[in-house]
Amino acid sequence: MPRITVTVDGVGYEEEVEPRLLLVHLLRERLGKTGTPVGCDTSNCGACTVMLDGKTVKSCSVLAVQADGCDIVTIEGLGSPGSMHPMQRAFHEEHALQCGYCTPGMVMAAIDLLRDTPDPSEEAIREGLEGNLCRCTGYCNIVRAVRRGAQEMGQAVKSS
Amino acid sequence: MTELDPGLVGEQIAESDQISEPGGTGGEIGRSRRRKEDARLLTGHTRWTDNLVQPGMLYVMFLRSPMAHARITRVDVSGARGLPGVFAAFSGQDFADEQGSLPCAWPVSEDIVIPDHPPMAVSEVRYVGEAVACVVATDRYRAADALEAIEVDYEPLPAVVDMNDALTEGSPKVHEAGNQAFTAKITSGDIEAAFRDAPVLIDRTYIQQRLIPSAMEPRAVLASTDGDGFTLWTSTQIPHVLRVMLAVTTGIPEHKIRVVAPDVGGGFGSKLQVTAEEVLCLLLTRRLGRPVKWTESRSEGNLTVHHGRDQIQHIRVAAESDGRIRGLQVDLLADMGAYLMLVTPGIPMLGAALYNAIYKMDAYEFGCTGVFTTKMPTDAYRGAGRPEATYAIERVMDELAAELGLDPVEVRRRNWIRHEEFPYTTIAGLTYDSGNYEAATDRAMALFGYDKLRAEQADRRDRGDPVQLGIGVSIYTEMCGLAPSRLLGESNYGAGGWEHGTIRMLPTGKVEVITGTSPHGQGHVTAWSQIVADTLGVPFEDITVLHGDTAISHKGMDTYGSRSLVVGGVAVLQACEKVKDKARKLAAHLLECSPEDLEFAEGAFQVRGTDSRKTIQELAFAAFTAHSLPEGVEAGLDSDSTFDPDNYSFPHGTHLCAVEVDTETGMSKIRSYVAVDDVGKVINPLIVDGQVHGGIAQGIAQALYEEAVYDAEGNLLTTTMADYLLPSAADLPTFVTDRTETPATSNPLGVKGVGEAGTIASTPAVVNAIVDALRPRGIHDVQMPCTPERVWRALEGVRR
Repeated sequence: MPRITVTVDGVGYEEEVEPRLLLVHLLRERLGKTGTPVGCDTSNCGACTVMLDGKTVKSCSVLAVQADGCDIVTIEGLGSPGSMHPMQRAFHEEHALQCGYCTPGMVMAAIDLLRDTPDPSEEAIREGLEGNLCRCTGYCNIVRAVRRGAQEMGQAVKSS
Repeated sequence: MTELDPGLVGEQIAESDQISEPGGTGGEIGRSRRRKEDARLLTGHTRWTDNLVQPGMLYVMFLRSPMAHARITRVDVSGARGLPGVFAAFSGQDFADEQGSLPCAWPVSEDIVIPDHPPMAVSEVRYVGEAVACVVATDRYRAADALEAIEVDYEPLPAVVDMNDALTEGSPKVHEAGNQAFTAKITSGDIEAAFRDAPVLIDRTYIQQRLIPSAMEPRAVLASTDGDGFTLWTSTQIPHVLRVMLAVTTGIPEHKIRVVAPDVGGGFGSKLQVTAEEVLCLLLTRRLGRPVKWTESRSEGNLTVHHGRDQIQHIRVAAESDGRIRGLQVDLLADMGAYLMLVTPGIPMLGAALYNAIYKMDAYEFGCTGVFTTKMPTDAYRGAGRPEATYAIERVMDELAAELGLDPVEVRRRNWIRHEEFPYTTIAGLTYDSGNYEAATDRAMALFGYDKLRAEQADRRDRGDPVQLGIGVSIYTEMCGLAPSRLLGESNYGAGGWEHGTIRMLPTGKVEVITGTSPHGQGHVTAWSQIVADTLGVPFEDITVLHGDTAISHKGMDTYGSRSLVVGGVAVLQACEKVKDKARKLAAHLLECSPEDLEFAEGAFQVRGTDSRKTIQELAFAAFTAHSLPEGVEAGLDSDSTFDPDNYSFPHGTHLCAVEVDTETGMSKIRSYVAVDDVGKVINPLIVDGQVHGGIAQGIAQALYEEAVYDAEGNLLTTTMADYLLPSAADLPTFVTDRTETPATSNPLGVKGVGEAGTIASTPAVVNAIVDALRPRGIHDVQMPCTPERVWRALEGVRR
């Protein structure tokens, strides 16, 4: 069985995995990182989105062996309830989540969107989040949250 | 409401949040509190059922029928049993003696046929996806391998897919008793007289396509036993109802079953169910003595989570030449699918008294036939019966307006119940307690810029612009706050509609609230905290809300039908009042005065005209130590209350939608959407707006995008999110929302419920807009979902 090493939210792991094991199942069922949920099996919904070496991937569509040697950040590594990432805080402030199931993926996708477009228009946000589905919010408040998060992250960069 | 620029509505709410001081001083109700639920959900500290693990836990997977209709002639699970990591494999036959029949709690008529519904099929399958066997293995990969090793022989039977075909003589039968599940009829007034010689007659048929609810969290069940009792964690909206039903279905005594709804990732009615998988996981843990978990894949869920809508609506309106309605006649075919599940036959009946909607008329007749087909059963989906009714009447009101050359708003004005006429008993027998359609409509038209858009529409028509503008009007009311138990009893529903709330003042003055509602995104923890903070005068932060566990929340009727605040929130309020009554007695005893001498403000009882006082927190501690209690007062400061409303609540509102339709490509694009809703008093405007946004999106999804499609052999073609099109952020506009407010009179909070209103209103608003754009071309209907292809075909049809 292949042996892989991965870093997840700052912790190193060495695991023997079946070649067919999905990254999201490695995270959830082997490493106990259940903050990343699974919403579909065709990579449409984006709930399982994580950062893999700084870029978002849908972890249901990546094999664990493909993540060998990679650095993974999940929603759990982004911030904690007492010290949230600006994007997490913006989602809270703008009521951009209801059931919260799509939220980890949505927050990850939003942060990734800002890497290329630090100050996105509403249209750019809507297009940029097309790969992440939410059934509760109608997206209005998600769009507001991403704008707010962008402003705060922009300011954080400027002030640092 | 204050006058707001539409673009500033959201910002206005954010600003108002800064006004009140934190905690204990009142002013929580009506405030846009940020949610207590969020921090956990935002940082991955979640408790979805699929996250939960028990020592020794095994994974369950089901083998599902690839046939829509077939006799099962052989199931051989032996090949699976020998595989590595496989603990057990069973066929339906292996559970035939203990699995019972999945319940239907709403026998809506005398002639209803409720067929046996085994959780795992034993001798016959009646829809694609029905479970025929299962495996239990050490992990989900080995379980999936084992499914491949099970052999099943089927003897095909004819599929029954179309409702009209199903009712024709000689149609293949879904069940022995035939394809008719039930019939129902309601008549009020002299319908024949209303239609006789009517100057205007509109006769239309609309199709409510089948929908897949698509909560983002797929269903999951974890069942375990300690050898005596059973615990079932499940992604459900109804832990309390489920516990009762599991006991009834399996024969396991109710007091030996604990049901927990941990974090639940959306429901929209789809988790208002007693599912085959819940029953079977319970039976599997009993048989194996090991915890078992089942989590569905999305494709599995599209096949086997109950579907929504699927009705053919024949609607006829007789009107005077000035547009006033004389009578309304509705005849429905409602697709039940293969079986009657928990409230399957009740869904079309929930709309039975709402086709007349906000309008006055002399006569009304409603008929409904429930039809069995070899498809996944239908059941509750956001709005349940009311979106269907609202769609048909609001579509037909536009047809009436067009027939008479009236503006769609004007024809509604001529028929609606005027605000001074409330309370008003409708032709269908409901008494609407309050409302003001004029105010909501005026406000919506102002925010929308109605006249200006009409002018632009006329201009585009004159110019022959290939992109035409359509304006859609939807003025709705609905009945929610399910429900007065007495009325549910009259409709033959198998349970009541009350709700329960408990307040426990802890010794240190903190407050535990226990609610019988079971939130899955609605923010009850926050909103209930606001109610309690204001009523008991304790800080918002000092309150916790417990729910969704039958061992903690010992009774309840759960969350559906926009009932939680209207019934459950009021139960919490009543429990607070009971706590205050007890605290008053204790305070009077400790302050050596009579209870009448005390006034309660800001969380303390004070002897009138003195500075002698006891805070509610001090009283909680005194009730805990119980060193000195008055005669007849027991230790502890807590209370238990149930609330049963005497009427439904009736939110209403006016939704306006502008759609640009490209007549060359058939593409429709929503340009603006305004919703002014009256949901009575509002506890948390931020949460209410969120509910409206999500509701509108789901209604638009029905209008433009979503449809569960079966082929002629009964195969579901939309099994994945690649085939079943849920709208993304890029497919929807930003909605402008505002509110008017006429308090409900049927509950002391004056609240009406908001969970389904947006969905009920928005579907006809969008389709009316599309048809409005195309009407000059001679088109008076486009079937939902109004895809570019359907619009283009409609245009091609009239071009020829």
